[in-house]
Amino acid sequence: MTTTAPEVGKPGRAKRQGVLRNTGLYAAVGVAALLFLVPFYLIVRNALSTDQEITGENWQFFPTQLQWGNISELFDDPTVDFARSMWNSLVVAVLMTAGILLVCSLAGYGLARIPYKHANKVFYAVLATLMVPSAVTFVPSFVLVSSLGWVDTYRGLIIPGLFSGFTCFLFRQYFLGFPKELEEAARVDGLGYWTAYWRIVVPNSLNFFAAMATITFISGWNAFLWPLVIGQDPSAWTVQVALSSYMTNQTVNYHLIFMATAISILPLVFVFLFLQRWLVQGIAQTGIKG
Amino acid sequence: MSTTTTRGVAHPAPAKASNARPRRGLTASNTLNFWLFTGPFLIGLVIFVFVPIGWSIWLSFFDARFTVTPSHFIGFDNYRQMLTNSDFTGSLGTFTVFAAFIVPTTWALSLSLALLVHRLRFMRAFFRSVFFLPTACSYVAAALIWKMSMFNGVRFGLANTIIGWFGADNVAWVSNPNPPWYWLVILTVRLWLQAGFYMILFLAALQNIPAELYEAAAIDGAKPGWQTFRYITLPQLRATSTAVILLLLVAAYQAFDEFYNIITTRATWGQTPLMVLYKTALGANQDYGSGSAGAVILTVLICAVTLLQGKFMGFGRGEESK
Repeated sequence: MTTTAPEVGKPGRAKRQGVLRNTGLYAAVGVAALLFLVPFYLIVRNALSTDQEITGENWQFFPTQLQWGNISELFDDPTVDFARSMWNSLVVAVLMTAGILLVCSLAGYGLARIPYKHANKVFYAVLATLMVPSAVTFVPSFVLVSSLGWVDTYRGLIIPGLFSGFTCFLFRQYFLGFPKELEEAARVDGLGYWTAYWRIVVPNSLNFFAAMATITFISGWNAFLWPLVIGQDPSAWTVQVALSSYMTNQTVNYHLIFMATAISILPLVFVFLFLQRWLVQGIAQTGIKG
Repeated sequence: MSTTTTRGVAHPAPAKASNARPRRGLTASNTLNFWLFTGPFLIGLVIFVFVPIGWSIWLSFFDARFTVTPSHFIGFDNYRQMLTNSDFTGSLGTFTVFAAFIVPTTWALSLSLALLVHRLRFMRAFFRSVFFLPTACSYVAAALIWKMSMFNGVRFGLANTIIGWFGADNVAWVSNPNPPWYWLVILTVRLWLQAGFYMILFLAALQNIPAELYEAAAIDGAKPGWQTFRYITLPQLRATSTAVILLLLVAAYQAFDEFYNIITTRATWGQTPLMVLYKTALGANQDYGSGSAGAVILTVLICAVTLLQGKFMGFGRGEESK
């Protein structure tokens, strides 16, 4: 499993040294892991405590009694429609993932596989957009979207984000490495590019699609700047915008804020636990954040 | 609220005609297919990326307050105004300090974690997951935890509780630029959020280093530990390191979420370029002209840094072999 440097020295000594080194190694990793988990501990502790326990003089490691009622209190809170914002985020993240996968994978395939004399020029035009981060173009994009009348709509939240030069680029790189023989066989059988793509290429690339889907879903769910700009009316807030609004609120209900945070993270922790294999593989394969 | 447009843009009509055509190398059929596959994406790219960029450049030469169809051409005045605007220049300074700290620390931490996890013999997947898990957290959620629970300015915040055990007074971590403790808050939150992600990249790269290299080094008398790391591991990670540093820089340029949520937009210090642009264009003045000029300046800076880094560290060499 490991491919680390081979140990040198006499067998007995090496073994003792190995044990010593392993203990040190696991101690170091363990301490680091604990530090990484502190924020998660704080979320759960605060989410299930009363405000008095959170803000008390004496630090409490755990709530004296788990306050499950905080959940219903959060969803009944009239100041922020938290359920609505969760729903908005879900719709946006799911449609965005589906849309990006469809549009960008097709384009990536076209760029990688279909001979066309201006294909290179098109590819460079796509590459050029990588140099201009989408976050920098949010001012003119907002102007464009608002002149289309898409402020406060799902369209405005989703569509401008679908044309990711980056995802297209990653798909192109992936398809360049896709075994040509599979498609050639299909094409000899008389299938056009379109049919070969759906019947041969996509079914054989599900791993990569799954990886890209997870990455896209995560960035869609966690996006903040664009939803903040587009969601001007609270009914169009995504969960991140709703969370952020808690921080500028006058009255601070710590237990509600942290319950909201916990619930906003849950879907992604779920995604992580179940799709981790693809996620790690996909990131390692592409090498880059979606 | 309808999403029909998504479908309209996304689903091109299947080309039935392509079946009837000869199979190989026919230019007309290939051209048609090329546009069939890339067309929807390219149309969207033009509308939602190229048009905004062009519009932005155009707006940046006009007096465009409260309007996106301005008529008053003012040349480079918006640029002059942004470059003499202390908020904007200050934000470039903030970015520089931020990048100078966050890029090397993330690089070092993610590499260290990768080296540690790579050496583990058991429970490797568990520790990898723990370090990777913060990636599931949004910047907004993390900013909330950091500001409200870890670095709260009163006694019940974790940091103040801990220093209180040692008898120290409460520190106002984020509400005061003097001393600039807010940097500690901002840097640790991002470090926590992104280190695990880059650790995965380094782990993948470590797994690709051939074991023979280490064997050869051992035969040549290199001691395991620092020497092997310095002369084998580090050079083998060069390509990944370059990509990681580039990604970190670009991500730092675009820092917004945690600054916006931790420092609040009312403060005049600790603002990133994007925060200033957000306030300029979408704040009370709705100054699209100056906001666009700032966006153009920022884009030019990012391109310059990217190209410079590419020149020095050889990013993008892989592209030549296509």
